Amino acid sequence: MNNYLIYILVMAGVTYLIRMLPLTLVKGKIKSQFIQSFIYYIPYAVLSAMTIPAIFYSTPELLPSVLGLTAAVVTAFFTRSLLGVAMCACAATLIGELIMLLF
Amino acid sequence: MKPKSNSFKSGFIDGIPIGLGYLSVSFSFGIQAHAMGIPILWTLLISMTNLTSAGQASGIGIIAAGGSFIEMALTQLIINSRYFLMSLSLSQKLEGGFTLPHRLAASFGITDEVFALASSKNHKLAPKYMYGLLCAPYIGWSLGTFLGAAAGNLLPDMISDALGIALYGMFIEIVVPPMKKNLRLLAVVSLAIAVSCALYYIPIFDFISSGFSIIISTVIASLFGALLFPVQTEDPDDE
Repeated sequence: MNNYLIYILVMAGVTYLIRMLPLTLVKGKIKSQFIQSFIYYIPYAVLSAMTIPAIFYSTPELLPSVLGLTAAVVTAFFTRSLLGVAMCACAATLIGELIMLLF
Repeated sequence: MKPKSNSFKSGFIDGIPIGLGYLSVSFSFGIQAHAMGIPILWTLLISMTNLTSAGQASGIGIIAAGGSFIEMALTQLIINSRYFLMSLSLSQKLEGGFTLPHRLAASFGITDEVFALASSKNHKLAPKYMYGLLCAPYIGWSLGTFLGAAAGNLLPDMISDALGIALYGMFIEIVVPPMKKNLRLLAVVSLAIAVSCALYYIPIFDFISSGFSIIISTVIASLFGALLFPVQTEDPDDE
């Protein structure tokens, strides 16, 4: 019980400081092109590493999550809609699960 | 009647599509947290205090696995470090009325989508506008989390597994579109995936937990990108 509270305080505290410090303290721009580039690549690297391979184990069988991943990549490639990508991914996963029922 | 561009109302309206998207994604987060055995109210508290998809998704993994607080802090630091750059960029875009208390309050709500929308505005941002903008995403994120965690009990596994994919859908929606015009980004993403898979599948790396695996993959891939493909000055997010 107490552990949950400490975990959440650590999570929320670190996350808030990251957002708050630059907005309140940093006046000028980061000059180092290396650090700028490093920070630029972080979101893409982190989200990719979090998605693969973890997504393949979010459904009991492989096929539904592969279909969900494929649908999400294709939808994201052609649209820029958060809701659209999420719904297509869910629908494709569900179709995959229904197909698995046939076997 | 069209509201004034920097008003609370104008911000609120701009935030509605983000809020709707968050409703579905956080529903998925709630389901995942429930599947990991985290009680509903703690799950809701995580969403209400963090407001971050990737950080929370890795965070509940660490909680479920009983990871250390250091691992939790480091993982959040690495995964959420992107907000550092977004805040930095937004700090150049705030109007004079954005005093310290307003900055302390508004910085809490900076997410990928809020940042993208706020930086696309062609005027300086007023506190009122930012507060309006944050409303719908915050409500959507909290409400969706609660509903997902609660419905996790009620929905058949097949449905909740399928909805759980929505969270990854959001990650993919952020990563894929910029890669279309940027092959260097594709290289960085491929490397991150390769390292992440190597750490997962190669038995000698079994001692590395999922949180540290994300950190290692991210640092290696981003360093590779920064060394080989430095981005051109200015704001990298401005494209």
